[in-house]
This record gives sequence, C-alpha cells and structure tokens, in this order.
Amino acid sequence: MRVLRGLGRLWLVPVVLVAWEAATRAAEDNFFPPPTAIAVRMHEMWLSGPPERLWLTDAAVENIPTSVGRLFAGWLLAGVIGIALGLMLGRSPVLSRFLDPIIEFGRAIPPPALLPFFLALFAAGAQMQIATIVFGIIWPILLNAGDGARHVDRQHLETSRVFGFSRSQRLLRVILPSAMPKIFAGLRLSLSLALILMVISELVGSTNGIGFQLLDAQRSFDLPGVWGTIVVLGVLGYVLNSAFLAAERRLLSWHRAAKQTI
Amino acid sequence: MLEISNLTHTYGSGPGAHHALGGIDLKVAEGELVCIVGPSGCGKSTLLRSIAGLLRPTGGKVVLGGTAVDRTPDDLAVVFQDYSRSLFPWMSVADNVSLPLRRKDMDKKQRRSAAMEALEQVGLEGAAAKYPWQLSGGMQQRVSIARALAYRPSLLLMDEPFGSVDAQTREDLEDLTLRVRSHHNMTILLITHDIDESVYVGDRVVVLSKAPARIVGDLRVDLPAPRDQITTREHPDFVHLRAEVGRLVRGMRSQSAPAS
Repeated sequence: MRVLRGLGRLWLVPVVLVAWEAATRAAEDNFFPPPTAIAVRMHEMWLSGPPERLWLTDAAVENIPTSVGRLFAGWLLAGVIGIALGLMLGRSPVLSRFLDPIIEFGRAIPPPALLPFFLALFAAGAQMQIATIVFGIIWPILLNAGDGARHVDRQHLETSRVFGFSRSQRLLRVILPSAMPKIFAGLRLSLSLALILMVISELVGSTNGIGFQLLDAQRSFDLPGVWGTIVVLGVLGYVLNSAFLAAERRLLSWHRAAKQTI
Repeated sequence: MLEISNLTHTYGSGPGAHHALGGIDLKVAEGELVCIVGPSGCGKSTLLRSIAGLLRPTGGKVVLGGTAVDRTPDDLAVVFQDYSRSLFPWMSVADNVSLPLRRKDMDKKQRRSAAMEALEQVGLEGAAAKYPWQLSGGMQQRVSIARALAYRPSLLLMDEPFGSVDAQTREDLEDLTLRVRSHHNMTILLITHDIDESVYVGDRVVVLSKAPARIVGDLRVDLPAPRDQITTREHPDFVHLRAEVGRLVRGMRSQSAPAS
C-alpha cells in the first residue's frame, strides 16, 4: 500500500521529463539540452568505464568519492566541535554571555567570503575545502546544541541530582540525549549547507571533485556536462537528506513516540 | 533518623516575598511512614525539596542520619509526581532503574539483577525492555518506584506520587507502597493533598497550615494491619481520623488533642 502510494506520487516526474524533452527539442537552444542528451552525457562521463569497476569511469572514481569524502569530513568535524561547544555554552550561562557576541559575529559572515583567506592559509586542496565547510556549517549545530542543552527539563536534572549522577553521566546520559532532537535539526540543516559549500570550495580552489568537474564542463562549453553534473549534485543532496532522515527516525524514535503520548 | 528544626523558606525578598515555610519542626523515626498533608500551595513541595537538598532553605536545619543536609544526601531517593518528566524517555525501563546504581559498588550484572528484582516487586518484570512512553501512567509511576527501591535509600521521599493517576491505579499504588515498605523496612515521607490517602497509608499524619506552612497537627494512625482498601476505610478509627485531618487542613480547631 505504501509502495503504491509512493509510486502514485511519482507520476509527475515522467510527465515533467517528457514535457521538458519536448520543449528543449523544440527550442533547439544549446544552453538547454534535452534530458536525453544530458543522460547520454552523464553515462559517458561516469558510467562508461570497464565492467570490473562497475562501469565507473576514472572521472567518477576520482571526483565523486573525493567530494563526498570532503563533505563528510567537514560535516563530522563541525558536528563534533559544534556539539561539544554547544553543550558547554548551553550549560554555562557565563560562558554563553561572553561568547554570544563572537558567535553572532562569526555566523553573520557569509562563508564564501572566507574562501580567499582559507586559500591563502592552506593553499588549494582538501584542507582549505574542509575548513570552508566546517566554518560555514558549524553554526546551526552549535546554536541548536546550546539551545537543547539550555532547555533540559528541570525534573530530569533534579532526578540526576537526587540519584547522585556523576558529571559525565549527567552530560552523556541526560543532557546530551535531551538536546539530541535539537542537535539533529542542526545537523540536518548543516548537511545541506555542507553540500553547497563543498561545491563552492571546489569551484574556487580545486583540481578534482564534482565542483571542479562542473567548472571544467563549463569551461569547455560542454553544456550537457554542466547539466549532468548539476543532476548528480541534486541526486547526492536528495540521497544524503533521505539517509539522514532515516537515521533520525531510528535514533530519535523515543522522542517522536514520547511526544505523541504526552 | 530525620530531624527538621525551625525550617523556614522565603521565595524572593521585599514586599513581594512569598513565605512558603514558617518554621517547621519535625522528627521522623527509622522505619516510619509519615504522610504530610496540607492545602494546595501550602509549601509541601518546598519542604520536600529542602529535605532532598534540591533547595537551600533560608533558615533552620535538616539533619538526616546525623549529618546536616546541605546538598543532595547520598542515600535518599525521590519519587516525583510527574513520572513522565522524571523517567528518561530515551532509556529502556531497565536502564532507567539501573542507571542510579552506577555510583554503588556493583558490577553490570549486579546492577541488572537489582533492577530486575525491583521491577518484579512492582509487578513489571515483563516491561524491562520497554520504554517509559510505551507504558500507562500508573505503570510509569511503578517504574519510578522501582528505581527508588533498587537504589535502597534509607529515606524515600514521595512528592504527591499518585496525584496524576486514576482512582483505581491510585489504590493499587497505595497498596504497593505499603507492601514494599513492609518488605524493605524503609523510612518514607509521603506528601499528598489527599486526606484519605494520608490516613490510609501513613503511620503518622502531619498536617500543615496554609503558607507560611506550620505544623498544625501530628496524628498517630493506629489502624489494624494489613490495611485494606475496603475494610480499613470503613473502620471507625479511619473515619474519625479522616474527619480530624480534614478539619485541620481546613484550618478548623481540632476536636481532640493530637496524639503524640
């Protein structure tokens, strides 16, 4: 039943594709190649390799895992730093009063504006890209973790006091789980930001990665290639978000269920 | 084992200050089950929170087992009224019960078996792997009681523990409290606004006045054991005591001098 309903919602996709195909064929505009041409180009670029490598081309093997690796490295690093700092800020009003202005300033800076600085600091390469991603996406995680840690139920804290929980128990077993729903909201937002910053950082200072491929296709007036890369980025974003939501549903099942019963 | 002397507490200061406790003196002996009853908003919870070390009283002293309470005492457990906010929804029932045991000198297996034993005593041995939100309100409060039992405190504080469950469940939980209490020989301080409950459960009923709370009555309950929801409640002494406590709670003069 669910599968059927899922399929039922997808009927619009082929309709749009057919309409787009018809429109682009009629227009014959080089900037808007028909979807079939994009598909052929995508196949050429990434899936025309030898069968023993699952038909992946050199370009696919070199660029896609590299980009995804940078994205995850940045996301995980931002996650660890953001959660740790956020919990500290959330539990310490003094620290939070001191650091709030700095944080507000930091997050007001558009992350791409820092690219020239990171380029100068690290030179082109993975370090500079990861630094850009971390700086750009840490804020939602940090602020959400802080908010979550600040609003732990008073009775949960009193329970941990009455039963003499140690500091680490209180942090790991009470405060962190309490803040988890908010942290997940931050992590999800920062995951989509990470994809954006990954592309931007690869457009500026890189010799590989999906963003570099996009720039390369544009420079060689390979419009179907440009479109094909955009499609891959779209699919990547969609897959990441779906995987994240599935993980969230599993890990925060207690939260949704507990919410419903109250 | 518990001695409270001239305990006062005031929230805020100046003309807007709220005097919650107006000098409480109370002694509780080892193994006693004392019910504290009083009108709503009279400062019952303030008293309990001061004993638990969750609140620093503005005056007076609480001495538990010979040492003054200035932070949460080690061998004290609390059963809160709001079980849904006291149990941790992200942990299974068994983990909720065994987590506080980590500070005791017990390994994982011992903690697990102590938790299972406590859950058995409250009749929830089958729910160990469940999460609190999968249980009814009464069952959640049982988990909360099991958590306190497994902890083996010398003093158990119960803050309106049956205030958020239906009448039937309430009677079950009252009997459960009496049962575990005779089994463990624990000292229990139970706060309630329900007059019948205080007389039914308690060895002693301490009545507080409106805020600033003072003790206006301290009555010994000598009802035949074991207590029974039907026969105890129709016992002439029960009916008499209930009326007596009721009068005191409403601020009327007592008809007879308080026992003890």
